[in-house]
Amino acid sequence: MLKKRKREGVQEINAGSMADIAFLLLIFFLVTTTMDTDAGILRLLPPVVEDEVIMDVNKRDVYEVLVNDADMLLVEGQMMDIKELRAGAKEFMTNPANSVDLPEKRRVTAAECQQKIGEFKSYVASAANAEAKDGFQKSLDKWEDKLTAVKLLGEFSELPPNAVISLQTGSKTSYDMYVKVQNELEAGIRELREELSKEKFGRKFSELDDKNEEDQPLIKAVRLVYPQRVSEAEPVDVTKKKP
Amino acid sequence: MSRFKDNSSKGTPAISTASLPDIIFMLLFFFMVTTVMREVDLLVKVTLPEATETTKLEDKALVDYIYIGPPQSKALGTEPLMQLNDQFAKIEEIDAWVKAGEERREEVLKPKITRSLKVDKETAMKIVTDVKQELRKSNALKINYSTAQGR
Repeated sequence: MLKKRKREGVQEINAGSMADIAFLLLIFFLVTTTMDTDAGILRLLPPVVEDEVIMDVNKRDVYEVLVNDADMLLVEGQMMDIKELRAGAKEFMTNPANSVDLPEKRRVTAAECQQKIGEFKSYVASAANAEAKDGFQKSLDKWEDKLTAVKLLGEFSELPPNAVISLQTGSKTSYDMYVKVQNELEAGIRELREELSKEKFGRKFSELDDKNEEDQPLIKAVRLVYPQRVSEAEPVDVTKKKP
Repeated sequence: MSRFKDNSSKGTPAISTASLPDIIFMLLFFFMVTTVMREVDLLVKVTLPEATETTKLEDKALVDYIYIGPPQSKALGTEPLMQLNDQFAKIEEIDAWVKAGEERREEVLKPKITRSLKVDKETAMKIVTDVKQELRKSNALKINYSTAQGR
């Protein structure tokens, strides 16, 4: 008997159950896999300022969005439905009718940029200390960015630097509502950027690649015209505020 | 003419299943590679709110998570609690948590760390605002409101 078996050679392992084993493992990984790539609304919080500076902000430069404890919206002193918020934010950013209640847009021209760049270059060169030099350098960079934007987009009107969408909530406002509001504001800004990008470059803004060196100045220019200005500032109790 | 007839009369041969294990293995490897094992056990219930204007968080290694929501176990009530790593934490503990998160990474990457807030959509804003204030104090300014893709 034994001799006979040896002659037949080593018996082949049956691979029929391989598929079953693989299936078992597959199902395990299928179940444990969480395919969630975390996505969300990115925001940058403002740093804490030691001495609270009370800034004199023009009322027309602030787009006040209040959400009360019952998730109701009060925008610029008016009750508003969430569906209208996107259009409202867009109107605030563009001020198409040059309304006196909305921020005053200012034309940026190449000549002005060049003049300012010249000015700040001389300031940087003659700055008394490092701190002042840094400050001037920052302004210089800002004007240089504006000049590239003008070159890419043509003359554009710019939002005043302190124009801001201020979002304040009550302490019992639901997080869902908060995210919805943030989402609408974000959507408004995104739509404006898309429109501008389509008009000037013939491409979607979302298709511009921030890792591509040719696209980087385009993105920067579009962002300069429509900056992301949703303030995450100091929470104020809305309930104490009179509408 | 007759050639065609000949073929049809033979009937279809059985499909070979010999390559089945290979196919399954391929799927298996795909899932093995893409799987990210959940690092923490959730102690709070989180149903994310929906949003359309989302950005994907690129580098998972540079994201720390804060979970806020009602606790899973009913014994702890229904008030929203905050979970850091794998335990409940008080608001004041955020600072230490931020520091610990920074310690784990290289110096150059510190400003790039994003704190992703995974907050249940029914939560009242108070706790979220408090957490945000605390994050500001700890100079952890890059945050993300984690959302589900809507519509």
